[in-house]
Amino acid sequence: MRSLLENRKAVVGLSILAVFALMAIVGPLLVGDSSEFVTVPLQPPSAHYWFGTTGQGQDVFGQTIAGARSTLALGFVVGFLVVAIGALVGTMAGYFGGWVDEVLSLLINLFLLMPGVVIAAYLPSGPLTIGLVLVVTGWAWSARVIRAQALSLRQRDFVSAAQVVGESHLRIILFEILPNMTSLLVSAFIGSAIYAIGAQVGLEFLGLGDVGAVTWGTNLYWASNDVALPSGSWWTFVPTGVSIALVGFALALINNALDEFGNPRLAPERAFLKATGRKRLEIHAPTPALRRTGAGADG
Amino acid sequence: MKFILRRAGFYLTAAWASITLAFFIPRMMPGDPAAMMFARFHGKLSPEAMQALRSAFGFTNAPLWKQYFQYLSHIARGDLGISIGYYPATVGSVIGQALLWTVFLSGLAVILSCTIGTLLGIASVWKRGGWLDNIAPPVLTLLGAFPYFWLAMATLFVFGFGLGWFPLRHAYDDRFSPSLTWPFIRSVFEHAVLPAATVVVVTVGGWMLSMRSTLINVLAEDYILFAHAKGLRPGRIMFQYAARNALLPNITGFGMALGFVLSGSLLTEMVFSYPGQGYLLIRAVKSLDYPLIQGLFLTTTLAVLGANLLVDMVYVWLDPRTRS
Repeated sequence: MRSLLENRKAVVGLSILAVFALMAIVGPLLVGDSSEFVTVPLQPPSAHYWFGTTGQGQDVFGQTIAGARSTLALGFVVGFLVVAIGALVGTMAGYFGGWVDEVLSLLINLFLLMPGVVIAAYLPSGPLTIGLVLVVTGWAWSARVIRAQALSLRQRDFVSAAQVVGESHLRIILFEILPNMTSLLVSAFIGSAIYAIGAQVGLEFLGLGDVGAVTWGTNLYWASNDVALPSGSWWTFVPTGVSIALVGFALALINNALDEFGNPRLAPERAFLKATGRKRLEIHAPTPALRRTGAGADG
Repeated sequence: MKFILRRAGFYLTAAWASITLAFFIPRMMPGDPAAMMFARFHGKLSPEAMQALRSAFGFTNAPLWKQYFQYLSHIARGDLGISIGYYPATVGSVIGQALLWTVFLSGLAVILSCTIGTLLGIASVWKRGGWLDNIAPPVLTLLGAFPYFWLAMATLFVFGFGLGWFPLRHAYDDRFSPSLTWPFIRSVFEHAVLPAATVVVVTVGGWMLSMRSTLINVLAEDYILFAHAKGLRPGRIMFQYAARNALLPNITGFGMALGFVLSGSLLTEMVFSYPGQGYLLIRAVKSLDYPLIQGLFLTTTLAVLGANLLVDMVYVWLDPRTRS
């Protein structure tokens, strides 16, 4: 953990994420009911309304802050469920193999085909529908990755040892297999959260969410449905879009840092170049694998 | 051979499953979509005409299994029913037209993005630690973090409304009727520039990074060292030895991306009002045009399956190891 905090990418990512998490938790309390109509529609940013007003005369700043809560909450809950279901199905398929694997793999591959929007179309629109659709269409992606990892872990000696000792299958999966893929599970969770936030915003933008609620997706839905674009009101869609991008970027950075942490091959060559004083690597040079040798080591 | 048989089994099962799902999903949903759909015709049609219409759309009072087999025989004949929103056009003809635009726009975008991204990946490894290698990954990651449709909105806002360089909506200028004339083709390309460019900008980073990381691993292989020992030129080693082998993951990704063109183009088409599959789907959803939704569900899933099949075949051709 300490060495993770020395990674610049991780620090930047975690800081951005912390700001938005704080915003999601206390923000709505500060800005009050942001769906209220406060003044003339489509006012440009001013000292009073920092981000201007929407096509319906709502405060864009308030809506950007207030939208964070439901968007991020749904994103992380869906991300968690996607990985939980994926881990359950994936480890079972990978560990048991044989016909269990055949059946579960077929199931995984079938769910990969599911077009989410079509399913959303048949259900009443709202956050519950969106969450359900995202879980139904998302779990198979993580299940596939986790299955591959479980498949390779199953052949390791410590699993055979546990089997010989007579541990139950459930115990082996819970205490031998899953703990050994923690980093994969964490990165799958972050990836799923990125997916869930993006897809959720997309579905809401299409009008399949609760258009009366204030979320980042509905903010953009109204920005495109009111006359924001033709009237030149960039402030109605820029703050929300930048917020979504920053959260996604922060999550990607954290994932990247975790990756470098676990796989030294991917660590940036910059540190290596700095250490050797070379301008750039020749293409046939082996990839430098950096190992920290003490406090303050670069890389 | 066993591999091919297994894959064939999967494709048949999957095709059957998606056809079956397309049948059962609307019938399982709460609120009886059929009733909602026909409610709009109430008062306009006599009960007999309503009954005829219901059976024309496949919603009869016959037992479910009978309806199901009737539906299967319709599908086997390529008959997807009649669209409600575009009545009396058939679902097949409505989808066919939209499909053409989607395949053109998104196919173009996917091919461009994959090619540019792969080349950028090679270039960044060619000069490891050079400016491209340092600047491109973070910038492209940041760009990729923006919602797809948001960048589309922003580009439409700047280049469409602000500067007026590109048309705002639709696939071609209304003044022309579709024909193989120069002004029409020109207008089609003018309308495709913005939507295609946004897709390329958002997706190119993924291709580049995946090519880069695979290539780095391949370059560490012994046969690359051997090629150097033989004294081959770096360019030859890079393209003939390394890049060729590092291409495999991107080929898989390319096939997947092609398959998801139909569902993925939804948001872009929505922003640019581009008359493709995605735009059609949203209109069908808003007007509760269930036969059309069902047809789109089918074409979308079958497209993904088809793309997977294509990837499997290309893989066998590219990678001799799968042939044994």
